[in-house]
Amino acid sequence: MVGIITYGVYIPRYRIKVEEIARVWGANAKDISGGLGVFEKSVPDMDEDTATIAVEAARNALARRMVDPEDIGAVYVGSESHPYAVKPTACTVGEAIGATPNMTAADYEFACKAGTAGIQTCMGLVKSKMITYGLAVGSDVAQGAPSDALEYTAAAGGAAYLIGRDNPIATIHHTCSFTTDTPDFWRREGQDYPRHGGRFTGDPGYFKHVEGATHLLFNQLGKSAKDYEYAVFHQPNAKFPQKVAKELGFKPEQIKPGLVVPWLGNTYSGSSPIGLAATLDIAKPGDRIFVASFGSGAGSDAFDIEVTDVIDSETFQRNAAPSVEQSLKNPIYLDYAQYARHKGKIVMQS
Amino acid sequence: MRDVAVIGIGCTTFGEKWESSFRDLFVEAGALALEDAQLAGEKIDAMYVGNMSAGRFVEQEHIGALIADYAGLATHHIPSTRVEAACASGGLAFRQAVIAVASGMEDIVVAAGVEKMTDVEPGASTDTLTGAADREWEGFVGATFPGLYAMIANDYMHRYPLTREQLAQVAVKNHFNGARNPIAQFQQEISVDTVLKSTLVADPLRLFDCSPITDGAAAVIVAPFERAREFTDTPIKVLASAQASDTITLHDRRDISTLDATVIAGKRALKIARCIHKDIDLVEVHDCFSIAEICAIEDLGFCKKGEAGKLTSDGITALNGDLPVNTSGGLKACGHPVGATGIKQVYEIVQQLRGEADRRQIDGAEIGMTHNVGGTGATVAVHIFGRI
Repeated sequence: MVGIITYGVYIPRYRIKVEEIARVWGANAKDISGGLGVFEKSVPDMDEDTATIAVEAARNALARRMVDPEDIGAVYVGSESHPYAVKPTACTVGEAIGATPNMTAADYEFACKAGTAGIQTCMGLVKSKMITYGLAVGSDVAQGAPSDALEYTAAAGGAAYLIGRDNPIATIHHTCSFTTDTPDFWRREGQDYPRHGGRFTGDPGYFKHVEGATHLLFNQLGKSAKDYEYAVFHQPNAKFPQKVAKELGFKPEQIKPGLVVPWLGNTYSGSSPIGLAATLDIAKPGDRIFVASFGSGAGSDAFDIEVTDVIDSETFQRNAAPSVEQSLKNPIYLDYAQYARHKGKIVMQS
Repeated sequence: MRDVAVIGIGCTTFGEKWESSFRDLFVEAGALALEDAQLAGEKIDAMYVGNMSAGRFVEQEHIGALIADYAGLATHHIPSTRVEAACASGGLAFRQAVIAVASGMEDIVVAAGVEKMTDVEPGASTDTLTGAADREWEGFVGATFPGLYAMIANDYMHRYPLTREQLAQVAVKNHFNGARNPIAQFQQEISVDTVLKSTLVADPLRLFDCSPITDGAAAVIVAPFERAREFTDTPIKVLASAQASDTITLHDRRDISTLDATVIAGKRALKIARCIHKDIDLVEVHDCFSIAEICAIEDLGFCKKGEAGKLTSDGITALNGDLPVNTSGGLKACGHPVGATGIKQVYEIVQQLRGEADRRQIDGAEIGMTHNVGGTGATVAVHIFGRI
């Protein structure tokens, strides 16, 4: 059986509050927070990017479990903010954790679901015994244009999952995907910020695909919402995952541990992987977890996961790396000017 | 001139119709109208289609032929004509159909209206709509439609006793009616507070003072009144069709708070129909913004200048009032697919006069009026209908 051998997250310490962004644009912060269910978002430091976040998350994953990095035969980093258009982030991560050179690597992009696409790829390689372990990372320093609705949520963070066969902390029983060509959100080569179809990103985008993947997986396994202790959905804001969970028959307490967006924001490719990490942080052996990611463009990957005894065994040290809850503690708040500097929105004279 | 009757009506639901293309919309509305009249397509003699800007909204021109083709009438080679007068395109298409039948040139004529607006981004749709104003004197210097109607509102509120709350009550009333109309884009009732706390668009107009961007189509079929009972037991007679023009720019008007084209078209229509205001049981006015409904009620002569705010806050224009205005929900709650709006107004009045308006039915409605405006009032079409 294929499963998760270990996992790790990294969230930058800086935050900006929704009300501070609203202040600059003369918008009503209460309406925005109320509408999105998001109160603040993470901001990268000036020298942090998708690669450094991916490396930190991967190192946190390996800190929890003794794995020979040379046994990692594949590294995939999913992001829509890779620092280079040409030159893989995955090579930087592979080098930083000592997995090079006997490994394959590539960068993935599928809006907010490239991280879970990486997990699926690693599952295939592990299952076919082409590799012993594969590392899949979802990491982003998300872009949102100044004053655009996205600016209130576009955050920074990532999560890394090591996929393997032997003694996983959680077995991935099944995965399936629901994908169509739907232009709800896009960014062309060379453009700094993504554009989106407003409300079009909702029903024909997020809801159609997340519900499509969920029904597909439920039908294939003969399962329903009540068969799971927990569920994690892609969380561009708090409203979408809460609404889709309700429509699919999940109760609020099932999604609560993994709903991290109100105090983190939308970490794009990191979003559902961090939500899953927050759930694994508190999960017990035997817990069944449902995950559905979403990427604009558009698609959703659904997973049926079961936590094993290994999560509480000596071979896995959950406390050896910070939990999602710990990563969200002790934030340093920025004002908009500092945030603009951190995000490189202020262009310095050379 | 022959008397003319409406013998069939059809309308799509209005809204952000992402699953329907431009041609899907008018085919659906046309099919519904034919079904309503129990009429086969080959009986149609001519079509007039109101459409403001398919060229910019969906990059499609040559709408007349396209509609005839997709209506399955290409091989019948009927005359099919696009009519454009910005947001009054539908009202003018209807008037052309009425004239064609009244003159004796044609017998069975379809008047349709269609607009597919949500395929472009909001900025692009706002700019396209600005084409209804004077591009050189208004559009190029930065005026948008919310901006122009805000100027009307500011002038009006400076001169007449209209409160901000009364203005909000126009939207509250129209949402109440929209919540009772299955084709309306907005099906929720709102409060005055909702309007007053909504985003400021162009002072004093807020988001809920403005009609939305909408996809939709409507179609009606007209025929000589003497033949109407071949098709329906409830023909609705067209008692009057009137149209008037004014300066295209707002600043060249004699009085920017009075739409003279509305005044003239309204007077002409009443004269043709041999009606007085008291005869009119209900009216669909062009409330592209809340202030536009206030001006329309006055300019059509239902009350003196400066009194429509009180008429609204006193509930006179509500469903159960003495003069129900915009029982459909108006442009505000139904949505405003610009080319389709004028036909949708006819659709509403015909439903009311037939007694088919369900939860928003005005009991005993016998005579109804439609009022369709292009731009800030450069074109106005007014029609009066009667249940005979």
